[in-house]
Amino acid sequence: MSHAVVSGPKAAPPSPGPRRSLNSRSLPRWAPLGFAAVSVLLGVGISLAAGWESRVQWGLVSALLFVLVSYVVTSAVENRRQATDRLATSLVWVCFILAVIPLLSLIWVTVSRGVKALDGYFLTHSMAGVPGFEAGGGVYHAIVGTLEQVGLATLVSVPVGLLTAVYLVEYGKGALAKAVTFFVDVMTGIPSIVAGLFLLSIMLMFDLQPSGLMGALALAILMIPVVVRSTEEMLKLVPNELREASLALGVPKWRTIVKVVIPTALGGITTGVMLAIARIAGETAPIMLLVFGTQLINANPFDGAQSSLPFYIWEQYRVGSEASYDRAWAAALVLIAFVMILNLVARGIARWKAPQTGR
Amino acid sequence: MAKRIDVSGLTAYYGSHKAIEDISMTVEPRSVTAFIGPSGCGKSTFLRTLNRMHEVTPGGRVEGKVMLDDENLYGSGVDPVTVRRTVGMVFQRPNPFPTMSIFDNVAAGLRLNGSYKKSELADVVERSLKGANLWNEVKDRLNKPGSGLSGGQQQRLCIARAIAVEPDVLLMDEPCSALDPISTLAIEDLIGELKERFTIVIVTHNMQQAARVSDRTAFFNLAAVGQPGRLIEIDDTERIFANPSVQATEDYISGRFG
Repeated sequence: MSHAVVSGPKAAPPSPGPRRSLNSRSLPRWAPLGFAAVSVLLGVGISLAAGWESRVQWGLVSALLFVLVSYVVTSAVENRRQATDRLATSLVWVCFILAVIPLLSLIWVTVSRGVKALDGYFLTHSMAGVPGFEAGGGVYHAIVGTLEQVGLATLVSVPVGLLTAVYLVEYGKGALAKAVTFFVDVMTGIPSIVAGLFLLSIMLMFDLQPSGLMGALALAILMIPVVVRSTEEMLKLVPNELREASLALGVPKWRTIVKVVIPTALGGITTGVMLAIARIAGETAPIMLLVFGTQLINANPFDGAQSSLPFYIWEQYRVGSEASYDRAWAAALVLIAFVMILNLVARGIARWKAPQTGR
Repeated sequence: MAKRIDVSGLTAYYGSHKAIEDISMTVEPRSVTAFIGPSGCGKSTFLRTLNRMHEVTPGGRVEGKVMLDDENLYGSGVDPVTVRRTVGMVFQRPNPFPTMSIFDNVAAGLRLNGSYKKSELADVVERSLKGANLWNEVKDRLNKPGSGLSGGQQQRLCIARAIAVEPDVLLMDEPCSALDPISTLAIEDLIGELKERFTIVIVTHNMQQAARVSDRTAFFNLAAVGQPGRLIEIDDTERIFANPSVQATEDYISGRFG
């Protein structure tokens, strides 16, 4: 029994150590809700006691308490690891709620104030002959303007942006591609007023009149980099195997790009274009400078002043009467609806065109 | 149909890195030639030089001659697109076009080249799918997406797609490495049938597979990591597996390698 000798003084049975059960104390599943309720109550209590008036302060105090209470209670009842987990989870929730509140309140305010003036008459009439401070009139001329300017800008920037992205992903290497990428990045940051001023200087140089086309060109400058960037990312996602499969069939490179690469990425490209349209649909500055604004319906984007939805909102808000505020909110609602419909259409197309996996 | 490939003094680079050096060999028409060798020894690179797919990789370039019957693939005035129509390729991982149906996948080679008669298309698709032993499994769902098939079926779809353009040579880059034994068997049987019509070159890591399907076997090796791969020997498959003339081949085949 030599090993007994060797173990000598340690012959005592090994100490059981920390209990190794798979079960440990845990909080009930509704615990986060409980924490939230407690922290809101505490937060309101503290805020009232301190005499704070701002609801924002109340909310922030409650949110902070929620994170703290979750962590402290969990580390007391469960363990450090669970507490850290709870800390991260509660931070995510707080951030989510902080992000959602402004969005929801924006939609709520726009809808509740916008529906007052929004009706069939509003959508189908212009402001022609309507004094700004009186009720009546509509947004039709602005809708026509926005649709035409955004449409023209899209017609210009989608081919340019798509071809640039194809060049960058499929052909570009060396200094030129790097330069193009760099300038696309720089263009992404151009403020809309600068794009507007650029075209204004051209307009003055060649003695052109304000028109929807001029505004559309400025919008195109803003839209191209967004289209290039998103299309580039989508094309990069197309597996190289597909390009090789096509090339190995003896298909020329340009046909491979047109028939295999772009169709595979089409869903994503469409989404990118729609997001770019959504971004430029709300631009005001270039429209003010280049399209000039009008109260009348002008369906010809190549000649004469037009209006547009963001311009109309600004114009109505500036009038400063009850009726014009209502019209501004209603136009804002129309603009948001326009962007939202575009987004839904984009999602629809993306889903419809996405590579199919079903059997 | 079924042309002889005659390679002499072929060296391929990725940028400044020399991947394979000075390879010469002859591939007989209507036969199956298998390439074996350790990973990184340049089998796939060499295979890709045979239909000018190597230069698709950024930085890829080739020196030397590849004669297809009496034409040099790397001669001036040779269009790589025409080469690839003559020398088809099947890849390691099945890669059907995800936006296309089974029918369109097989028809892709003809359609995308724009050289086909509409009335013939259905015939070509049926003939190719039958040639790839896939017709019975998919004839009722030709307009379903190709990516909905199982891995083995997808690989046979890719073979059907490759043979639909009627190439003279078919290159296969480890066509069974992503497949289960039953799909592998299906493809090996198919290779046996296809060699009646095509010259077939197959890269494989599976030495039993090389022994089963090929008439001739080429063993590639590299002196050390970073060194270019070389052709060690090429001979009848039976001789390579029974009595190779180079010790390195025997070591590799019997598992004593490295």
